[in-house]
Amino acid sequence: SVEATTRIPYPGETAPEHTPTNEQIVGQGINCKPNMRLKDKLLLVLGCIIGAAVLFFHGGHGYMLSSSAGMTRGVSVHSRGSNLKTPFSHAYHQKMMMMMTHHPNRDCSHSHSHSQRVGAVAPELLAPPTKPDFSEPRFMWQALREAVDEEMERDPNVMIMGEDVGHYGGSYKVTTDLYKKYGELRVLDTPICENGFTGMAIGAAMTGLRPIVEGMNMGFLLLAFNQISNNCGMLHYTSGGQYKVPVVIRGPGGVGRQLGAEHSQRLESYFQAIPGVQLVAVSTPRNAKALLKAAIRSDNPIVFFEHVLLYNLKDEVGGPDEVQSLEHAEMVKEGKDITILTYGRMRYTVMEAVKTLQAKGYDPEVVDLISLKPFDLHTIKKSIEKTHKAIIVEECMLTGGIGASLSSEIHERFFDTLDHNVVRLSSQDVPTAFALELEAATIVQPEQVVAAVEKVMTATST
Amino acid sequence: GTMRRLLGGLPRRLPRRFRAGFSTRVHEESPPILERDPTLKRTGDVRYSDELITLDPTQIPDVPAYRVMDESGNLLHPQRNYGLSTDKLVEMYEIMGEVMVVDHVFMQAQRHGRISFYMQNTGEEAIQVGSAAALEDKDHVFAQYRELGVYLSRGFDMQQVAHQCFSNVHDFGKGRQMPIHLGASHLNLHTISSPLATQLPQAVGASYVLKRRGEGACVICYFGEGAASEGDFHAALNFASTMDCPVIFFCRNNGFAISTPTHEQYRGDGILSRAHGYGMAGIRVDGNDMIAVYEATKEAREYAVSENRPIIIEAMTYRRGHHSSSDDASAYRCDKELKWWQTNNDPVARVRMHLESLGAWDSDKEAELRQLHKKKVMKCLNAAEKAQKPPMSDLFNDVYAEMPPRLIRQKARLDEHLAKYPDDYKLGKFASEDVYKSSK
Repeated sequence: SVEATTRIPYPGETAPEHTPTNEQIVGQGINCKPNMRLKDKLLLVLGCIIGAAVLFFHGGHGYMLSSSAGMTRGVSVHSRGSNLKTPFSHAYHQKMMMMMTHHPNRDCSHSHSHSQRVGAVAPELLAPPTKPDFSEPRFMWQALREAVDEEMERDPNVMIMGEDVGHYGGSYKVTTDLYKKYGELRVLDTPICENGFTGMAIGAAMTGLRPIVEGMNMGFLLLAFNQISNNCGMLHYTSGGQYKVPVVIRGPGGVGRQLGAEHSQRLESYFQAIPGVQLVAVSTPRNAKALLKAAIRSDNPIVFFEHVLLYNLKDEVGGPDEVQSLEHAEMVKEGKDITILTYGRMRYTVMEAVKTLQAKGYDPEVVDLISLKPFDLHTIKKSIEKTHKAIIVEECMLTGGIGASLSSEIHERFFDTLDHNVVRLSSQDVPTAFALELEAATIVQPEQVVAAVEKVMTATST
Repeated sequence: GTMRRLLGGLPRRLPRRFRAGFSTRVHEESPPILERDPTLKRTGDVRYSDELITLDPTQIPDVPAYRVMDESGNLLHPQRNYGLSTDKLVEMYEIMGEVMVVDHVFMQAQRHGRISFYMQNTGEEAIQVGSAAALEDKDHVFAQYRELGVYLSRGFDMQQVAHQCFSNVHDFGKGRQMPIHLGASHLNLHTISSPLATQLPQAVGASYVLKRRGEGACVICYFGEGAASEGDFHAALNFASTMDCPVIFFCRNNGFAISTPTHEQYRGDGILSRAHGYGMAGIRVDGNDMIAVYEATKEAREYAVSENRPIIIEAMTYRRGHHSSSDDASAYRCDKELKWWQTNNDPVARVRMHLESLGAWDSDKEAELRQLHKKKVMKCLNAAEKAQKPPMSDLFNDVYAEMPPRLIRQKARLDEHLAKYPDDYKLGKFASEDVYKSSK
């Protein structure tokens, strides 16, 4: 039988002693039972002794101690009966929990060794949640990593491949240490050839795997466009349904902080025209995790857009069973005055503008598109029927962007409901300059959103 | 002892990050691959020389192509046994004959407007039938478009080829791909895609899966020498080699890529010479010698499966037909050259002469076979032509796993339009949904 760890320790925890070798993993999948280590066994015995002592001294009203299947996931401690006549205080209860759970020092004194491993990253950015309590906020990159980890554990056919995803842990840390748990065949470092590894993923998908392709930057997917357009999107159709291509092509895109023109591409609209692919753009850690899980489980090829500047966003996430629909938009803020349609990082630009707008007495409704292909026209329709005005705030260029196709859809379908033409706020039709001020002037800023909303509201108020 | 007491609180060893030599930052937790496998080259693994050597490719002799029989079908080493019984040889010869007759008749059909497009395999029958015979059913095939003999050998029958060329309701591909872009998942034959060389990285991906499964299967990937100029060729070979994938890269070097001859396609020693650059094994074989192709593929397969390493086979041959029905080869090559290959090095003729020398074939049998094939192909052609096209309602299926609302709406609009103008669309040619379901 294969000895394997149950959970990747978060950065800062002590690493597991045993890494399954490739030979052990090939052909076995990861359907392995968790293994208890000696330390955990001793803790368990100690806990049992203490528990027995508690029960002995305090009868039926004592604390009930139970352990879950894997010691590394911590022990759940249930308390029964709050009307205790004992001196056991809440503090003692906490201390008991500390003894029974297995987690690293809270001050993360081990983190410096990890920070060396993934390059110069400040320790506070690596501060992990101490146990997988899903109500504790985590970074978006951690949320994505959890999604990949959970799905790889759930289905041995899921694998991830791309440049630097293995030992390096991914350029944005999304695959940190996954190679230790799943081995190098399932967390595959590839040579630098986007068309090559995308093609490889498509071939593997047609032969039974469910690969996740990580593009280091979505702009590099231009090199993989042939495989994505001509094969990924087409093969299910041209083979008469005989071959399916359940790949997820994910990576960061969008305008970052002075990354230069070639690394600030917004390719959503390029892919939107391809029949056969689905496009999803994530914006929060919660929806990132839930959508990535759904995308991995989907049989369609999904192009999954993350944003370079959102990886360090911290928020709550859902548990292993929370998946989000790939085709539905998210209602960010309900309102009645005007519909603002947005996606990705522009969601935060819009919410920034909303603060100002609310102060000025407006009540905008903000819808995060999430699904860029197909558009969730149902949610958009309901919103426009309520507000009768819409503006689109996007990071794509004005010419041929996502907003361009969305604007035409809205005009064609909801013309009679609209009181004003759809206003589109998009990036300028220029390559993104490096200079900070020029870069800021290229993309939509909150002030522009405020101005646009005011203009539309004024024009329609008469 | 004393030294230690004198040194007092000084650390015994310098912290890891200050140790000289190889950076330990990245490899702290697990040993790098290089330390685990001493056969792989490390960065900095170099031998030095005090002599300035400039490698001159003209000084490296071209690798000769392996052959087993001469142009007249006589074995060069009659005492050797190549593992092909006479019955098997006859069977393979009959499949070559099928390829020939399908090529001939379907090309005529295209010229007469009965099908829209066709690509012939003339001159490459030995490559197709010889290599396919060396494979097992569990091996996956990724092809380019000039591999009809491979498909026929694997059980994709002539009738199904006809159905695909007519894009009718019985086509496995549901009439969605161009003629001769065949595919059958139950036979592990991947649907052909038009863009050149896209199948190479995909073959690597598939072989990766097969390696994981550990069933002793490999992938064979066919392509022409022109497709080998594409970036995907480099990507696939580099990936296959660095990831140890059991894949046979079978290059049909047939002299032309539409009108581009090989001396304008590359300057090296064919495609085989590139294998060395990727650290891969390679074989060059006479592509018009069916038995040699069989032996080479068998050898390559064993190597790929047992070593989990990729291997190139470059089969030297000549494309006797046009590139496709849209091409006229006389515009760029002289008739003399074509006639030379037809007369002196015909793969089908070589096998026939070999069988005749074994006493297993004669002109009567030949006439009988041709009659049989002619009847069969005409029957297939007519049956495929008569069959209806796939139903219009199938136009929007299989774009996604489940039809999304937008496509449902588009389909509804099309249905409405067709109901209004049925005569303009010759709807009688299309099968109804019930016929479609029963034919599957």
